[in-house]
Amino acid sequence: MKNTSVASILKKNAMLIVLVLVYVLFLFLTHGDIFSSANFSELINQNTYVFILGTGMLMCMLTGGNIDLSCGAVVCLLGAIGGVFMSAQAMAMGTGVSILLMLLIGIGYGVVLGFLIAYVHIPPWIATLTGFLAFRGLGTEILSVANPDTKSLTNFPDTFKSIFYGRVFPTAEGVFNWPCFLFGLLAAGIVVLTVFMTRKNRLAKGYEADSIQAAAAKSGIGAAAILLLTYKLAYGGGLPTTLLWAAGIVLIYSFITSKTTIGRHFYVVGSNIEAARLSGVNTRRIMFVAYLNMAVLTSIATMANMARFGNAFANAGKNYEMDAISACVVGGVSASGGAGSVLGMVIGATLIGVINLGMSLIKLDQNYQRVVKGAVLLAAVVFDILSKKREK
Amino acid sequence: MAKILLEMKNITKTFPGVKALDNVNLQVEEGEIHALVGENGAGKSTLMNVLSGIYPFGTYEGDIIYDGKVCRFSNIKDSEKLGIVIIHQELALVPEMTIGENMYLGNECGHSLAINWNKTYAEADKYLRMVGLKESSKVQIKNIGTGKQQLVEIAKALAKKARLLILDEPTSSLNEEDSRALLDLMLSFKKQGMTMIIISHKLNEVSYVADKITVVRDGATIETIDNHGKEPVSEERIIRGMVGREITNRFPKRENVKIGDVRLEVNHWTVHHPLYTERKVVDDVSMYVRQGEVVGIYGLMGAGRTELAMSIFGRSYGVNFSGELKLDGKHVHLRKSASDAIKHKIAYVTEDRKGNGLVLSQSIKVNTSLANLEAISSHSVIDGDKEYAAAEEYRGKLKIKTPSVEQLVGNLSGGNQQKVLLAKWMFAEPDILLLDEPTRGIDVGAKYEIYCIINDLAAAGKCVVLISSELPEVLGMSDRIYIMNEAKIIGEMKAAEATQESIMTAILRSGRGA
Repeated sequence: MKNTSVASILKKNAMLIVLVLVYVLFLFLTHGDIFSSANFSELINQNTYVFILGTGMLMCMLTGGNIDLSCGAVVCLLGAIGGVFMSAQAMAMGTGVSILLMLLIGIGYGVVLGFLIAYVHIPPWIATLTGFLAFRGLGTEILSVANPDTKSLTNFPDTFKSIFYGRVFPTAEGVFNWPCFLFGLLAAGIVVLTVFMTRKNRLAKGYEADSIQAAAAKSGIGAAAILLLTYKLAYGGGLPTTLLWAAGIVLIYSFITSKTTIGRHFYVVGSNIEAARLSGVNTRRIMFVAYLNMAVLTSIATMANMARFGNAFANAGKNYEMDAISACVVGGVSASGGAGSVLGMVIGATLIGVINLGMSLIKLDQNYQRVVKGAVLLAAVVFDILSKKREK
Repeated sequence: MAKILLEMKNITKTFPGVKALDNVNLQVEEGEIHALVGENGAGKSTLMNVLSGIYPFGTYEGDIIYDGKVCRFSNIKDSEKLGIVIIHQELALVPEMTIGENMYLGNECGHSLAINWNKTYAEADKYLRMVGLKESSKVQIKNIGTGKQQLVEIAKALAKKARLLILDEPTSSLNEEDSRALLDLMLSFKKQGMTMIIISHKLNEVSYVADKITVVRDGATIETIDNHGKEPVSEERIIRGMVGREITNRFPKRENVKIGDVRLEVNHWTVHHPLYTERKVVDDVSMYVRQGEVVGIYGLMGAGRTELAMSIFGRSYGVNFSGELKLDGKHVHLRKSASDAIKHKIAYVTEDRKGNGLVLSQSIKVNTSLANLEAISSHSVIDGDKEYAAAEEYRGKLKIKTPSVEQLVGNLSGGNQQKVLLAKWMFAEPDILLLDEPTRGIDVGAKYEIYCIINDLAAAGKCVVLISSELPEVLGMSDRIYIMNEAKIIGEMKAAEATQESIMTAILRSGRGA
């Protein structure tokens, strides 16, 4: 009995364990370099877009394994448009107006895309393939007209950069940033409190609940991870806004998928669309919302990306759609829909992020890096299918 | 005594935690039709899977002796080589392929690099004639009905040179006419010396066709009944073996029947087929249901019963609707959505629980709350505790056998799945329940429990419409019966006055008139 429960815990958290093992591996390979404050910041900054796009992709995949191939190209096009807004001589609009306009354009695209998929019934991968093909061309053209010399746009306002790629109460590197660590303490406290309150609540009503050890382990690991992260970041200059964006979006969508009726509808539509329809679920609206939502999150990811590079350029967002899909798949999101969680996607994205960072730290050749990424994806899927088979 | 073609000796098969078969013995004589009957989960299908090599040698204990030799099959191909061919309950045909392509799928004629299509279609046609099908083997599967598809499966088996043919619930999706034709085909094969094993829930068919009936219960063979007497073995006799006790009354009596005012009424209701829009699937139907009444709709498959129910349920099926729908005497226009129907307290419990009823990959809890999530959520945030409590309540009420409501519905037996489906719709708190074949494919014990639930619903003042293609069920459960044929309602009878004969006569007469 004891053995089976240990085995099931291991299986449930397999990807988390793999993540820790891979991290420890790179700890040795990089002689501790990956554990530095700078690399903690780097891990988050490099992967902000994966967390944001991965969340949107998760919602699409839940509805039945549907994907959005266009998001990377949208990052390029919308970046070019935003770049024109903020830095072209004639425009030079303020940060607020630019953000609003970019968001509106993103929503406009989402409405059209959602309509085509949900009400015209164009298969999602074809509908988004058109964007994948067209938008990068359009974006590149805009950039080359706006700035024929470099074919890119820079000089974004500082406010814009600090919103999407800044630090909260920044301090010099190496100085301990108290606001950052206090934020960590607060977050860790909330995690511990929620786990134990839920447990107490369930026990009071006589439902199944975690054992006291499980609750302690769960909250302990979560709190420790948060504290470690914020401690490291505190020495790296403070809490990065990228983390706030990513964590905020992840938390909101975690809540939506696990606790709300619309979240439940996403899962049901992906599992059995006919049963969902006959149970009164507006299945078309769910498909519409999935792609509208994806476009909104893509817009946010675009801004984060522009701020990070300080630049709008033709290759911006290249392969981002694949990174988002990989994060979902490695994170256990079902390729046929109806199963997967935001937390799983986050673990998948982090695992890929750690591998990327580790590989560049040990200066592995770019080409081999791609091979490794492909192998990781394959391994994750094989593992997923085999473990499901074993269950049956 | 004829030669024993197949003997299965002391077969024991265990799955992790469960002993699915426990020392099963089965003897089948050459040239006989041998029926296997038993409740769902009794082990019939497991036994046949052992026989056909789906569970390979070594995963079970015991011996299979076929044609005098001990056999050790490691896959289906091995057993098919010896002429043991199994036709599964769920048809395994590819809709987009032709009949001929399907028949020789995995068994293609000709060279391994070049299929001999002329030979394929010629041979296929030959076997199609043997099963009485006039279709060309170049017709696509999707263009022929279920009854004919079943015959194609049999032709496919013949093409594999079957000597022992195993049919798992061959008539479960056929109407009565097609079923009878299939059974007669089996009898004619018997005359030609073929040996067959049939698994079926339909006991009247079993006693019609079988020479011997073996009853399986809880993974063990209980008895083998000889069906060579003057009178065919009675259904009651078989049921006694299956459940281990006598079921004196298959339909529970209703007490204090209180029938009130008319709640649901449709007048001149006409619906057209969604693809062939000129075809009427419901044709000028007028009917009503009173409070606390159980109204049966009897009709053969394809008579338009499901189409009628689904079109009433928020126009979930069909196009070009006309006619009037009244609830409590008031004219109501439902928008084309199930949620509108649910808001008006109508529920449609589908005949196809796996296809469009349940979400098999989700838990009992999720399925139970699905049609009425508002009841357990506030501002569209689900209250997990309330949801759990609701699922637990219905688990108790409907006696759903499961360790926990977190269990995935896909892991439940057919009868329990049907109960979850009912729980889902009862939780939506409808006034009018349209039950479409609520007992299809579930065993005798679970059927009885479903009947009790139906009676409770009626006693609670709900209107129940019971659609069924089993005459005894309609007669035993309803207060009033509508008879449907070819998209029309062709008769209405009080259940007390109706008999099997009078209903069948009405259908035959309307067919002749048309």
